[in-house]
Amino acid sequence: MTRIDDKFADLARQGRKAFVSYIMAGDPDFETSLAVVKGLPAAGVDIIELGLPFTDPMADGPTIQLAGQRALEGGMTLQKTLDLARAFREGDQTTPIVLMGYYNPIYSRGVDSFLVAAKDAGIDGLIVVDLPPEEDAELCLPAQAAGLNFIRLATPTTDDKRLPQVVQNTSGFVYYVSITGITGAAEAEAGDVRPEVARIKAASGLPVIVGFGVNTPEKSRAIAAVADGVVVGSAIVSKIAAGDSVGDVLAFVKSLSDGAHSA
Amino acid sequence: MANDLFNSFMTGPDERGRFGDFGGRFVSETLMPLILELEEQYEHAKTDDSFWAEMHDLWTHYVGRPSPLYLAERLTDHLGGAKVYMKRDELNHTGAHKINNVLGQIILARRMGKTRIIAETGAGQHGVATATVCAKFGLKCIVYMGAHDVERQAPNVFRMKLLGAEVVPVTSGRGTLKDAMNDALRDWVTNVRDTFYCIGTVAGPHPYPAMVRDFQSIIGKEVREQMTAAEGRLPDTLIAAIGGGSNAMGLFYPFLDDKDVGIIGVEAGGKGVNAKMEHCASLTGGRPGVLHGNRTYLLQDDDGQILEGFSISAGLDYPGIGPEHAWLHDVGRAQYVAITDKEALEAFQLCCELEGIIPALEPSHALAHVMKIAPELPKDHILCMNMCGRGDKDIFTVAKALGFEMGEFA
Repeated sequence: MTRIDDKFADLARQGRKAFVSYIMAGDPDFETSLAVVKGLPAAGVDIIELGLPFTDPMADGPTIQLAGQRALEGGMTLQKTLDLARAFREGDQTTPIVLMGYYNPIYSRGVDSFLVAAKDAGIDGLIVVDLPPEEDAELCLPAQAAGLNFIRLATPTTDDKRLPQVVQNTSGFVYYVSITGITGAAEAEAGDVRPEVARIKAASGLPVIVGFGVNTPEKSRAIAAVADGVVVGSAIVSKIAAGDSVGDVLAFVKSLSDGAHSA
Repeated sequence: MANDLFNSFMTGPDERGRFGDFGGRFVSETLMPLILELEEQYEHAKTDDSFWAEMHDLWTHYVGRPSPLYLAERLTDHLGGAKVYMKRDELNHTGAHKINNVLGQIILARRMGKTRIIAETGAGQHGVATATVCAKFGLKCIVYMGAHDVERQAPNVFRMKLLGAEVVPVTSGRGTLKDAMNDALRDWVTNVRDTFYCIGTVAGPHPYPAMVRDFQSIIGKEVREQMTAAEGRLPDTLIAAIGGGSNAMGLFYPFLDDKDVGIIGVEAGGKGVNAKMEHCASLTGGRPGVLHGNRTYLLQDDDGQILEGFSISAGLDYPGIGPEHAWLHDVGRAQYVAITDKEALEAFQLCCELEGIIPALEPSHALAHVMKIAPELPKDHILCMNMCGRGDKDIFTVAKALGFEMGEFA
C-alpha cells in the first residue's frame, strides 16, 4: 500500500471524489512553489501532482511549457524537484505526491539512482508522459519494484483492443486524458467522459481520475461527478504565471476542490 | 550463410523499433495507436509492388531520378589525392534529397485516407518538399518552422506559401528545428483522426527512422549501380553530412554489409566542438538520451535538459541524430566527425569555383571533410560524397558570413 492507495481507500470510505492539482516545481522559483505546495492540502487537495521541468514538453500547451521554462531559468533541476518534495514531506506524512514529467531528466540521472532518491524524498507515484506500455521495461517495472506507483495515461485513442495493455502494469490510479490534445487546450464534456471512465475502471479495477481541459469550479464538479476524481493543472499554473500571491493561488485551488468535493 | 546473416548490419530495427539500445517508441499514449497503425500500413506497403511502382514512376517523372553520379575532376586534381565523386541529389525537383522520402510518406498517407499533412522543417527543404507533394495531390499542408529559421530561410518560406502550404512560425524554445518538431507533435496529438505527420529525417518514434531510411535508400542503391558502371567496383569511402541524418542513411544503408566500404558521417561542428556547446555534433559532443520519440545521442546538460545546437546551417541545427546512426557509431561500422562553420564555408566557395556547383551549406560540411582527407589518400581511392542539396537557399547566409552586402550587387 502506498500513500496513494491509502488516500483512495480513505476517500471511498468518506464517499468523496479526489481533487488532484498540478503545479510545476520551481515555478516561478523554489521558495514560492514550495509555499504553494505546502498550502495545497489545506486548500482541499487530495493528491499533489508535481511537475518536473523539461525543456521539450511535447504533450503540453503553452501554459505548462512556459511554467517549465520559468522554473529552468530559475535554476530548477531534477534534484531540486526532489528536494522540494522532501521539504513538503517533512511537514506532511499523508498527502501523496505524484511526480509528472518526461523521461529524459530521469534517464539522464539513471533510473536506479533516481528511484532510490525519489522514494527517499517522499514521492509516491510517477506519471511519465513519453513512456507508453511498449517501453515498460525502462521505468515502469523498476518503479513498481521500488514501491512507487506508476500511473498510466489513457486517452480517447486508447481503444478496447489496446486498453488491457495500457492498464496492465498500472497502479495507484489511471489518469484519463479527456481530450486528444495538449494540456490547457480544449474543454472536456462530462457526457463524453462518463462512458470512458466506466470502460477504464472495468478494465483496470483502479480509480480513474480525469484531467485536461478542466479550468473552473463548475467544470471540476461536473467532471468529478462522472469519475473518481479530477485533475486541474493549467488553470492553476496560469494564476502563478499572472503573479498572483500564494494566498490567491490557494484560494483559487480551494474553489476548485470545493467544486470536486461537492460532486 | 547463417553466419553472414548474423553479422549483417542491415537487419535493424527489431520488432520494438530498436537499433541496439537506440530508437524505440517514446511517445504519449495518445500517439501510440497512431504510430502502431502507421507501422502496420508501412509494413504492408513495403512488400506491395503497386506501392513501389507508384514511387518509381514519380521518382522518374516528377523528381528526375536517378540523379547523376558525377566525377568532380577539377576538385580531384586540386586536392591531388583520391578520386572524388558527387551524388547529385541537389538536382532533384525542389533541390534536395528530401523529396525522396516525402513522396513515400504522402503516398502512404493517401492510402491511409489522411487528408491533412503536417511537417516540421529546419532549413525549409523538407517543408518545401512536403508542400510540393501536397500541392500535387491536393492535400492540406501545414509546416511548423522555428521563428529563427523563418527569418534566416526566407526564400523557402515564400516557396512554401506559393505552393499553398500554411507556414506556422514556432516561437517556443529558441525557435529552431527542435521546437518546430515539438509543435508538430502537439498538432498531431490534437488532430489524430485526419492528420498524417510527415517527418523529414531518420528520427522520431518507430517506424519513422526505418521508413525514412528505406525511402532515402534509393540514393545508395543508385550509387552502387552507377559506380559499378563507372569504375567497375564499389567506392572505397562514402561521406555525407548529418543533421538528423536522412541523406546519410540513404547513402550508407545499401553499403552497410560491404565491409570494404568505409563510411563517414559529418556532423555540424558550428564554432567548434567544445564545452560551450556551440555546435550540433550529437555523436561527437553529446550523450544518449530520449527526445522526440526515440533514444539517441543528444546535446543535453547534466540534468538531462536539451540544449540548443548551433550551426550556420539551419538544416543541421538539431540537438539529436537518427537512432540508427547512434547505433552504427557505437558498433563502429561508421565513423563520425565534425566540421566547423568556417571549414564548411571554405568548401562551399571552393565547390562553386572549381566545379560550377553551388552546394547547400549542409553538404558543404561533407565536402569539407572530403577536402581534409582526399589529399592524403592514393589516387585510386574512390570517395563518394552526397551532394544532397543545392545552395540557392543559402546565398544570403553565406553573403552575410563572408561580409558581402547583397545590396552591392543590385
